[in-house]
Amino acid sequence: MSILAWTYIMVGLTFGIYIFIAWISRVRDTKGFYVAGGGVPPLANGMATAADWMSAASFISMAGLISFLGYAGSIYLMGWTGGYVLLALLLAPYLRKFGKYTVPDFVGDRYYSDAARFVALLCAIFVSLTYVCGQMRGVGIVFSRFLEVPVNTGVLIGMAIVFFYAGLGGMKGITWTQVAQYTVLITAYLIPAVFISMKIAGTGIPQIGLGSTVHTGQYAGQYLLDVLDKLNTDLGFTAYTQPGAKSMLDVFCITFALMVGTAGLPHVIIRFYTVPSVRAARLSAGYALLFIAILYTTAPAVAAFARYNMIDTINDKPYAEAPSWFKNWEKTGLIAWVDKNNDGIIQYRAGKPFIGKPKFVKGKTGPLGQKIVANKLTNSPNELYVDRDIMVLANPEIANLPNWVIALVAAGGLAAALSTASGLLLVIASSISHDLYYRMINRKATEKQRLLVGRIMIGIAVCIAGYFGINPPGFVAQVVAFAFGLAASSFFPIIVLGIFSARTNREGAICGMLAGIIFTAAYIIYFKFMGGTKDQWLFGISPEGIGTIGMVINFVVTYVVSSMTKAPPQEIQELVNSIRTPRGAGAAVDH
Amino acid sequence: MSKNLQEYWRKNVTFMSFLLCIWALVSYGCGIIFVEPLNAIRIGGFPLGFWFAQQGSIYVFVCLIFVYYAYMQKLDREYDVHE
Repeated sequence: MSILAWTYIMVGLTFGIYIFIAWISRVRDTKGFYVAGGGVPPLANGMATAADWMSAASFISMAGLISFLGYAGSIYLMGWTGGYVLLALLLAPYLRKFGKYTVPDFVGDRYYSDAARFVALLCAIFVSLTYVCGQMRGVGIVFSRFLEVPVNTGVLIGMAIVFFYAGLGGMKGITWTQVAQYTVLITAYLIPAVFISMKIAGTGIPQIGLGSTVHTGQYAGQYLLDVLDKLNTDLGFTAYTQPGAKSMLDVFCITFALMVGTAGLPHVIIRFYTVPSVRAARLSAGYALLFIAILYTTAPAVAAFARYNMIDTINDKPYAEAPSWFKNWEKTGLIAWVDKNNDGIIQYRAGKPFIGKPKFVKGKTGPLGQKIVANKLTNSPNELYVDRDIMVLANPEIANLPNWVIALVAAGGLAAALSTASGLLLVIASSISHDLYYRMINRKATEKQRLLVGRIMIGIAVCIAGYFGINPPGFVAQVVAFAFGLAASSFFPIIVLGIFSARTNREGAICGMLAGIIFTAAYIIYFKFMGGTKDQWLFGISPEGIGTIGMVINFVVTYVVSSMTKAPPQEIQELVNSIRTPRGAGAAVDH
Repeated sequence: MSKNLQEYWRKNVTFMSFLLCIWALVSYGCGIIFVEPLNAIRIGGFPLGFWFAQQGSIYVFVCLIFVYYAYMQKLDREYDVHE
């Protein structure tokens, strides 16, 4: 059977499962809609959190990114996992004991202030909205690449599916579809990784293969990482396992901002409201990271195998003898080759081959059948453009795996994008229907009205996300720094202080949040959109890492302002004492 | 807060801080600050600093959460605040 037929079967089958789950877990009350009734078992919540967290970027792009960055890619590996330790130790158990539905709920109640609630609400919506646009785009791209439908049609299909199961089942529907989506995406990630590890390192465990010797070929018997170090240095790159050009302080700050940002992301935090007890919240954070770690420890191995395989099979080889996957992906424009020295041989070196993404001259091919690139060439001897995304997408072809595995990878990419998108949409919907509509506008709203507003909000949010998926603003990549920076500099400090320091009061929290957000946002806007240059960076910290400084500012301002103003009222002191002990968490949900 | 609960909270915070020190040590210490000296040490095909940055720190993170879970299970019972 062809790849296309297999892909239709796999994608059709998985979508059928998601819709079936949504139908059987449809909800009628707000508690089911916001927090799945608070009855999700820890293991299931761990899987759902893992799927919620791992987006199209984790599934498709991360391994490729590490492949090109080598050691420097560690910032993503550590940054996107280390946050769970903070979450499990500092936030999840206490927020679960508190037991309300959303992050702005905690901020508003703990700081007895609707102003604080509103600031938190705006941050939650902004962070989630920037994030969800990228997911919709991811859905569209997977569709166009594997199912040969236009990107826009793919986005529309994705919107319809997400609206159906998130609107119908709310958090309950999302949770159980995410459990299914985790299963699909991890299987799709591991099968090609295991096979490629066997092919290159001779072991079926990629994590061990990364530190093993190369199995066959001219480097047989040498350690894979040594070979990569040597190949990288020979071609003019930084050695694979060594720190590169980024300063240590910058690496430190970026990793920290990603960790704290992860712990502060509303769609991740909200998952810990869905479990039945504080004990379950602690345990499910452990399961979540375990399930994430399965992919995150495999990714660096996939990255190294892909890099070795790419250099070994392509570099300094005649174009005429290039493997078939090379030519398949050249057709999609993710690989491009310019024969700068007219020798018919592919030279891969450090540096960009030409400026920007490849644009091809239509209907014309070079003497060897290669597509002709219209971009302006650079002086670099490098002749090869490789999009980082193909490192995962082309893996099954590189390892000569059967067609159904390629189809499975497509279904896995879709599962990753859809699961994250639905979690984000729910945060937007619950923030508006619960925090804004019910808590701030209409306290008398009935269950039915609130549920309806929630469903309408999911519809509106899906449309906005779809619009940006079809017409991606040029700044999507830049705003990801925003999402993490803002989550790190707004929520994290005041939630932590709200739990660990009973003295922290309303005045401190509002000033701290505003100071953190304004500083971080101004820095990112200045350097990303107003032409700020690298030599103006504060202490050499890039906009990606500035959330760390924003977070410190938030902590300091909150602490100082709190200690200079009136202590919070007695009932807040009692609230803090109550969230510090687990007993009675079950009752707290019904408020 | 009763004296008993204050003690419970103090024990919780102490153990949590200890785990966070390990958390910082493996990621920021071994994975970033001391990566170059550690890379001189090799475990099989792995330079040690690189291993911590791309594999080891993640394994340690997972263990930390489960250790905290187990410790708090015990502590909750000891101070009779369990669910």
